[in-house]
Order: sequence, then structure tokens, then C-alpha cells
Amino acid sequence: MSDEHIDEISGVSTTGHEWDGIRELNNPLPRWWVITFYVTIVWAIGYTIAYPAWPLLHSATTGVLGYSSRNEVRNELTAAEAAKGKYISAVESKSVSEIAADDGLREFAIAAGGAAFKVNCVQCHGSGAQGSKGFPNLNDDDWLWGGKAEQIQQTITHGIRFATDAETRLSEMPAFGDIITADQIAQVSAYVASLSGKVRDASLIQPGAKVFAENCVACHGDNAKGNREFGAPDLTDAIWLYGSGETAIAAQVRAPKQGVMPAWVGRLGEIKVKELAVYVHSLGGGE
Amino acid sequence: MRDKTQLTGLETETVNSAKTRKPLYAARQKIFPKRASGNFRRFKWLVMTITLGIYYLAAWLPWARGPFAPDQAVLLDLANRRFYFFFIEIWPQEFFYVAGLLVMAGVGLFLITSTVGRAWCGYACPQTVWVDLFLVVERAIEGDRNARMKLDAGPWTARKLMLRVFKHTIWLVIGAATGGAWIFYFADAPTLVGELFTGTAAPVAYITVAVLTATTYTFGGLMREQVCTYMCPWPRIQAAMLDESSLTVTYNDWRGEPRSRHAKKVQAAGQSVGDCVDCNACVAVCPMGIDIRDGQQLECITCALCIDACDGVMDKLGKERGLISYATLSDYNTNMMLATAGGSSSVNPSLVRTADGLFSDKVAHFHIRKIFRPRTYVYMGLWSLIGLGLLYSLLTRDRLELNVLHDRNPQFVTLSDGSIRNGYTVKLLNMIPEPRTLVVTIQGLDGADMSVVGEDIPAGRSFAIPVEPDRLKMLKVFVRQPAGQIRAPAQTFKFRVEDRASFESNEYTATFNAPEAPR
Repeated sequence: MSDEHIDEISGVSTTGHEWDGIRELNNPLPRWWVITFYVTIVWAIGYTIAYPAWPLLHSATTGVLGYSSRNEVRNELTAAEAAKGKYISAVESKSVSEIAADDGLREFAIAAGGAAFKVNCVQCHGSGAQGSKGFPNLNDDDWLWGGKAEQIQQTITHGIRFATDAETRLSEMPAFGDIITADQIAQVSAYVASLSGKVRDASLIQPGAKVFAENCVACHGDNAKGNREFGAPDLTDAIWLYGSGETAIAAQVRAPKQGVMPAWVGRLGEIKVKELAVYVHSLGGGE
Repeated sequence: MRDKTQLTGLETETVNSAKTRKPLYAARQKIFPKRASGNFRRFKWLVMTITLGIYYLAAWLPWARGPFAPDQAVLLDLANRRFYFFFIEIWPQEFFYVAGLLVMAGVGLFLITSTVGRAWCGYACPQTVWVDLFLVVERAIEGDRNARMKLDAGPWTARKLMLRVFKHTIWLVIGAATGGAWIFYFADAPTLVGELFTGTAAPVAYITVAVLTATTYTFGGLMREQVCTYMCPWPRIQAAMLDESSLTVTYNDWRGEPRSRHAKKVQAAGQSVGDCVDCNACVAVCPMGIDIRDGQQLECITCALCIDACDGVMDKLGKERGLISYATLSDYNTNMMLATAGGSSSVNPSLVRTADGLFSDKVAHFHIRKIFRPRTYVYMGLWSLIGLGLLYSLLTRDRLELNVLHDRNPQFVTLSDGSIRNGYTVKLLNMIPEPRTLVVTIQGLDGADMSVVGEDIPAGRSFAIPVEPDRLKMLKVFVRQPAGQIRAPAQTFKFRVEDRASFESNEYTATFNAPEAPR
């Protein structure tokens, strides 16, 4: 423009645009800014060539560097597996009690077992492994099938009363409602309750002991301490899977509930089961 | 004595002046500060030596802490989360000491600024110190102000290219040394310096050195006064810090004006003339490119080099020093009223002098008493209070701590004999660099005993356990109380840890949960 106009107040040239006497100042961007801007454009072109960028009809350009975020994840997972590798192989080759005795291995197994527990076991046993009525508390020192690490491993591997597993833990208390009279049930319930607490009618204890000797000692033992061979619970302790007190005991004598636990080895594999066994063993009741 | 007429004025223009300020986007005008000499310059050399000495060398000071802790006096061990400062070791949860020191530094800055103005800016700020250092290099290579201006204006000759390359190389070396010195505070210095030069140090070390080299070179060599003028918030904040009793670098126009380069001619013409001979020495030495005679301004970092320059000129002229001096606004105003006869006329320097040319008794001079005023008492009190608080806390802090986390899920477990068990995660903190055997005891909770998971310790109310030096030991502890002795669904009891060798101990009050109706 030949007639370049300079704004009087600021001393800056104007663009030549004028609206009712108002002129637009021509303040170009700083050169360093413009250069940086051009550099970013050049960079962006190079970037889209080097990396996956341009969408095509069914895919996208792959970029000359061959970068892929899926590969990144795959590599990271492989690296993580490799880092776990030596622990995994040690868990595989050692017995659960050996694992529990080795500080580093135990820590690994507890972490891995704890994670597996939260996915597979909490539905019945609760997030703190505290159980609930009918589902055993795994923190305590009362074990139906044994609290040694190997015994826990056996239970998890083959399950309890799990029909499709040949080696599953199996026992079945008969429904005594069909075998003995209602009076006898009341008597034996009073006797069993008396082993660990008070009962309403002490006169029932004596005949109850007789009923117990005739019907129950085969599994629960002479002293009612139970038998882990058959998963027969200790009736003298403070822990009652289906509730304490005469009423709850009577109900269980009449028509026993029998819990089922799946066999986990087919689904989780032996290594995971070992880790779970070590974890459960570590909860405070392990023998 | 030298002939006064030999004193030649310097042809110079003020770069940063409100009167001639260019638009903000205008290109920067280069500043070529002249070398100053005098008391303030000497003081600045001293401050520079001390501050740079501390920065470059403190990481190399040894401090024996025994076999279980590093022997570097100042070390920020980020990997192990420990901070070592001579005899003090700080754990992450004790970082409030550092926060406290920062608060003290803040209040200290208020205190210093309200008494002697922007002393931080002028003497101790890293930007000022490093720019000073870079200027030393520039002067040594390219010469003083006039030589540098000539070189800068001249064409690109082989000599100019060589000088410039040499200068920038030295600047980069200083930058690299600055970045290099920084990383030694974060690792064992002798080991790291070996790794650094063999290319085996961690990438973060090289990145840090590269970043700090770039910033030192850019801020100290290229940007200089622009950092203070445009980037730093302190020049803006200082306005609130100064008051009429704060010392600041002041041009005393009550004795300087009217300035004239030809004093004798003006005097002969019967007009009054001030002490300022308009030689521009104060402008030439200014690293900020300002003219202090325009009054107090945002750009002035109060480095006081103009005082040195002016005092030199006054000495040559046989006049009193202090035409430019540290003065308070109230003194300045008093003297200004005197020189302008109560504001009724323009400055007439003869009004502040007696007949025989000495200063009149009415001229106000700074008195040390002015430093002590309510404002500085408050700052000083606050500063000391925080300092004493930190000191007390430091001297009485625990080096043996105990933290207990109660299991929440499950809160309690009923055992087969009817007793109740609670689980706790017990953390023992041995905060000294020596191995210790600690005794953990439970107090209260009748009949209860403890067992520790994974440790071969018999159940009981007390156990001893070794803890590694300067480490936290985490234990999983089961506490068990017999059924008959449970008194309430929630009972409190204490974990106690003690070091029987040093008589240190600590306690933690925990809760023991039991079912509502014990079975």
C-alpha cells in the first residue's frame, strides 16, 4: 500500500482497514513465535509419517517407525510375566509348605493368592475371608477338613461335595428327622449345646448323651471333637457354621444343610491353587 | 589532586526510562554495564563468593554418620526418601521442617525488605549473582563498557567471532558447572561425578544438567535484566513491603539539582547549581539500564553500584559522598521540603547548606533507630517464633515411632475356644542410623496375648525384635483375648514400643473389637 498510515498515539502502522475512523493496528506476531509455529507444522508432518496417524477406509497408516500401542502393552505384559517367571516356576516346583517357609516366595504367593481370592472366593467367603452362616470363616482356627497348607490346597483343588470331581471331599450327614424321634432330637440338641454353653432344660442332657452315643459318635467321635477325615465338625468349640444354640442344632440334626465348594484346579490351575492355599493359610488360622 | 576539568561526562542514554519507554513488544536494547568499584562492589564480590561457594561446594562436605548412613553432609536421598543436613536427618513425614524454613525465609524476606529494601534482589538473588558472574566473564574477554559497545556495533570480523565464541563457551561451561553442582545434592557426589563422566549416570542426571545449563546460560547470559523486569513477581510485591522508613537506593535531588555539566558557568551566571554534574556514571554502571535520578522504579534491584560510581565522582570533585545513597523516603521528603522551602519553589541546593558550604543541621540523616519500628518488631517476632518453634520441635522429636493399623475386614475373629482375635499391622520406625532391638508390649486388655505372623516368637504380652538401622519394620500382630475376659464390644488398650538401651519409648492407643454378645 502506498499510503501507509501510521497511528499517531501508538506509532504503529495500520492495516488500512477503517471503520468510522477506527483503524486496525498492524502488530505482527513476534518472529520467534511465527518460527516456532512453522516448526510445529513441519514437526507434525514428520510425526504423521513416523507414527500411525492418517485414517484410511478400514484401517490407518501404520507409520514408518512401526510403533503400535498394542505392541507396547503386549511387551509390558510379557516383561511383567518374565519378571514373575522365577517366582512362578519356584511356586510350581515347591510344595505349599516349602513356599510358606520361604520369606520371598511366601510374600509373592500371598500377594498373588490374595488377588485370586478377591476374584474367585469372596462371593461365598466374603472379602475379608470372614465367611457367613453356611460359609466357613477362613481366619479362625477351626478347620473342617484340616488347616495345614497341604490340606487347604487339597480342599481348593478338589472342592467339597463337588459331584464332577472324583477326589472331592465328601461326607454326608444323614437327615436324622427320619431316623430318630422329635424328642430324641430335642435331647441330643440339648446335649450338644451343653458341651459349649448353657441349655434351657438340663434334664434333657442325660438322655441326649445316650442318643449321641448311639447315633453320632461314629463321625463326631466319643468326645464330640469331630473328625477331619469326614469333615465332621468339632461340636465342643465356639464355632458353629450353621448357628449356635439348641434350635439351630436341632434344625441341622433334623435336615442337615450341606455346603458345596467347587473344585478349582480345573479353572485356576495348580499354581494359582497353591498361591491361594498359602494365602488362606496366612490369614491367621493356618496350622 | 586531579584537575576537576579532566572529568569527562559519559555519552549515554537511559535504556529503561518511563519518559522514553517504548512499546512492550519493542526489541530489547542491549545494556553494557561499566565496571564499578567501591564499598558496595566489594560487598557484592564477598556475597557472590560466599553464595556461589556454598552452592558449588556444599555437596562435597563430608559428615560421618556411621556405617549405616551416607557420609555426605547435605544430601537429598530421594530414592530412600531421606534428607540429610549435617547432624539432622529428616524422614518424609518430618518435611514440615523444610516447610517451616521456607516460611521463615518468606518472613525474613519481608523483614529485610521493610528495613533495607530489595537487598535480596541486589545482592543475594541467584539471578543477580549469576548475571554478575557472567558479566565478569564478558568483561574479561571483551573489555569494559566502551570496548564492548564498539565490538557490538562493529562488523563481524574474525576477532569478534573468536571473542564471541570464547565468551559463549565459557558461559556454557559455567552453566554446565551450575547444573552439575545441583545434582550432587541428590546422590553420593564422588560416585556420581565418576558415573557422570563415564556415561553411566541415570538419564535424569543428564537431563537435569542439560536443563539447568540451558536456564543458567539463557537467564544469566542472554536475558539478564529482562528476567527481573518481566518475569519476576518480586518487583511487584516489593511495593507492599516498603514504607517511608525503609532504606532504598535514592538519588538525593535535594542536593543534586539543578544538575549541570558546566557548574562554574552557571554559577557565574548567578543561578543556583546542584552537586550532580550529569556525568552519567550512575547510568553507565547500572546492570538494569535505568537512571536512578528518575527516582525509585520497578526495574531497580538496588544493587547500589550507582552509589559506588557516584561516590567515586564526588571524591574526585571534592564533594561529600552520598549524592546517591541509601535513604528512607521520610528523610528524603524532609530534605526535599528543606531544599524547596516547603515545596514553594524548585530545588535550591543552597537552602540545605550553611554559608560555609556545609550541610545545614536541619538535613535529615538515616539513624539506625529507624530500623526498630512496630512493623519490623512484628516480622522479627514472627520469624523468631517460628524459628524457636521449629528448634524446640527438632530437639524434642521422637526417633522411635510406632504406628498401628487395625484390621477392618474382618474386625474380629472368633476362635474355637471362644476367644476373640483382632489383627493389627504394627509399624516400628527406627529413625536413627543404628540397628536396635525394640521391645513391643501390650498394656491393658486383661488376659490378652500377642503373636506375630512369620516371626518365631512365642505368644505373650511382650516381645523383643531387631530392627534394621534407619528403617521401618512392619509386623502383622494378632492379639487374642480369652472369652471370659472380654468386657465390652470395643475396648481400648496400648501398644508400647521401647528401646531399653536408650530409654526411648512410644505408645499407640488401639481398639480391640469383639462381637456384641460374646458367645
